[in-house]
Amino acid sequence: MEDMYHMDRAMNGLQDIKIKATDVNVYYGDMHAIKDVSVEIEDKTVTAFIGPSGCGKSTFLRCINRMNDTIDICRVIGDIRIDGEDIYDPKVDPVQLRAKVGMVFQKPNPFPKSIYDNVAYGPKIHGLARNKAELDEIVESSLRKAALWNEAKDRLDSPGTGLSGGQQQRLCIARAIATAPEILLMDEPCSALDPIATAQVEELIDELRQSYSVVIVTHSMQQAARVSQKTAFFHLGNLVEFDDTDKIFTNPQDPRTESYISGRIG
Amino acid sequence: MTDATTTPMAGRPAKGKSLLKADERTRKRNAAESRFKAYGLAAVLVGVFFLLALLWAIVQNGAPAFTQTFVNLNVELDEARLDKNGNRNIDDIKKVSTFGYNPLIKDALIRATADMQTAVEEGELDKILSSSVGAIVRDRVIANPDLIGQSVEFRFLASSRVDGYLKGRVSREDLVRDKNLDAAHLDLIDLMVDEGSVERVFNWDFITGLDASESRPEQAGIGVAMLGSLFMMLVVLVLALPIGVAASIYLEEFAKQNRFTDLIEVNISNLAAVPSIVFGILGLAVFIQFAHLPQSAPIVGGLTLTLMTLPTIVISTRASLKSVPPSIRDAALGVGASKMQTVFHHVLPLAMPGILTGTIIGLAQALGETAPLLLIGMVGYIATNYPDGVASGFLDPNSAMPAQIYEWAKRADPAYYERAWGGIIILLLFLMTMNFIAIILRRRFERRW
Repeated sequence: MEDMYHMDRAMNGLQDIKIKATDVNVYYGDMHAIKDVSVEIEDKTVTAFIGPSGCGKSTFLRCINRMNDTIDICRVIGDIRIDGEDIYDPKVDPVQLRAKVGMVFQKPNPFPKSIYDNVAYGPKIHGLARNKAELDEIVESSLRKAALWNEAKDRLDSPGTGLSGGQQQRLCIARAIATAPEILLMDEPCSALDPIATAQVEELIDELRQSYSVVIVTHSMQQAARVSQKTAFFHLGNLVEFDDTDKIFTNPQDPRTESYISGRIG
Repeated sequence: MTDATTTPMAGRPAKGKSLLKADERTRKRNAAESRFKAYGLAAVLVGVFFLLALLWAIVQNGAPAFTQTFVNLNVELDEARLDKNGNRNIDDIKKVSTFGYNPLIKDALIRATADMQTAVEEGELDKILSSSVGAIVRDRVIANPDLIGQSVEFRFLASSRVDGYLKGRVSREDLVRDKNLDAAHLDLIDLMVDEGSVERVFNWDFITGLDASESRPEQAGIGVAMLGSLFMMLVVLVLALPIGVAASIYLEEFAKQNRFTDLIEVNISNLAAVPSIVFGILGLAVFIQFAHLPQSAPIVGGLTLTLMTLPTIVISTRASLKSVPPSIRDAALGVGASKMQTVFHHVLPLAMPGILTGTIIGLAQALGETAPLLLIGMVGYIATNYPDGVASGFLDPNSAMPAQIYEWAKRADPAYYERAWGGIIILLLFLMTMNFIAIILRRRFERRW
């Protein structure tokens, strides 16, 4: 096990692979939602998952931080490794995994608590701050990284649910990065936002690329083209094509990808 | 101006029907709608009418129980009768029984009515007083032997017939068949009311007092039954709230959905619909016959009512846990909170208003329950002593408010009928207070998304 880990590190050293999924299959009861998906996601890159509704891209995203564990009928088969470690190993505690792999959801879902408490909750439960001053610092830096500090610094005690939709989503991003994750999963983070808020969040995603490996599920092909360096196209539970974003949008190899990006299917 | 706007420029529109005239289908639809509205309004009015009628009946019948007729008398505490030796030895004084005091009271009555025109014989005068008066004087003398030899002012309960006469319940015609009192007594009462020695005042003893025997309804109060209900509710609250909430959190948040949990769920719903008398006989079999807990004790009543209240609390708690949006759970799990942290930091606070409301409604239901109490014997006749501490509050025989009301309604004397209605007023006030608390808690814990 230990040897394999080092071997993986050595092999992946050059490309800097953060997440490596091999032959992943997901079943909801009898429904086969994800079929033999293998993908390698690089560190410090934005990877976009695109595809029509129900193609399994969100399901696959939720496998990466084991959020699917909360669904009783969901079974995940296959091998997903983060930094060479099998995250479905029985020894892995999903709680620790989720501190390492942050997630931002489709609908902004701040806790009905103050802005400060929203951001401070993760560091608190993981014991990342030894005292109030450190916690304050984490909250401030997270809000700064999420480009919300200037708007929120004077109202840290007011409820997070009182912010506008775009601000709420940035608050959720701040909350996700406050636990110092290495990977950030985003499940259609802009689908509930207006174009201006979307632009702000996209700009933010581009900055987050400096420090995190970002995986984003999106319905908007324009968004995928704008923010990502790598794009994966899912269709009916299969990973059809995975390549550089430029290549997918200009020169797709698979006819299904071409039909989808040109608007003929999906 | 008006003409120009009301007359259409070109009469009918060229194509289709005019919008200004309703067609046959629209007219029918509108008629059906207004008929339905009328039915709904009628239903509401009928409901309001019955509610008002009920309230009116309760207040009308129950209000008299809150006042009581008293007779003010100066009693000469004759030393020759009460303390023959004259040494104020408490043991000697105690030897004089209640009957020894009755002649003193008769004398007091004779003196009080000396200048009144009355056809009542002297020996019959004390029938206007409650039979409790001898004991009242005796208790006062034993508590303070120095009173002997003095003339002391007492406020005595009038007998229930006299009380009923002043409240309009007893008439002279009724007394023809009555051995205790005759019309002459009532004439005397009229005179005494004019003179001021007989008066009707607010009756605290009804609210704080003990039950009394069949023949002296004027003495009966609901206080001790209130204590019984209070101790029972404490048992229910302490047991049903934590057990119910823990069970619901486990079932809702932790348990896997499988056949076993489905079975439990169905059974909890069924339990909520089981008639309360079934819980009563279960309590009798399990807590009294099997576990040998004391009969008629509030602890047994509380345990039985806990069984009955649990399904209500579980169902309402699960409903309020379900109503917390799943996105909150996702958010907490997403930042790496454990299942338990998610539930206790985020889900439970948001479900709190619903849980509290459900609990208080469950408690209110238990407070008004009578049938199971009858089966476990919680209709104790407590006429002499209050529970003298917390332990005896839980373990000594007692009654409960609804059971006491039921007992009073069964008794023959019409004065008890009035007290039953009065007890219902108090019970309803309790229930209204509890519902009010539920509303306040709900407001206080409610958060906006």
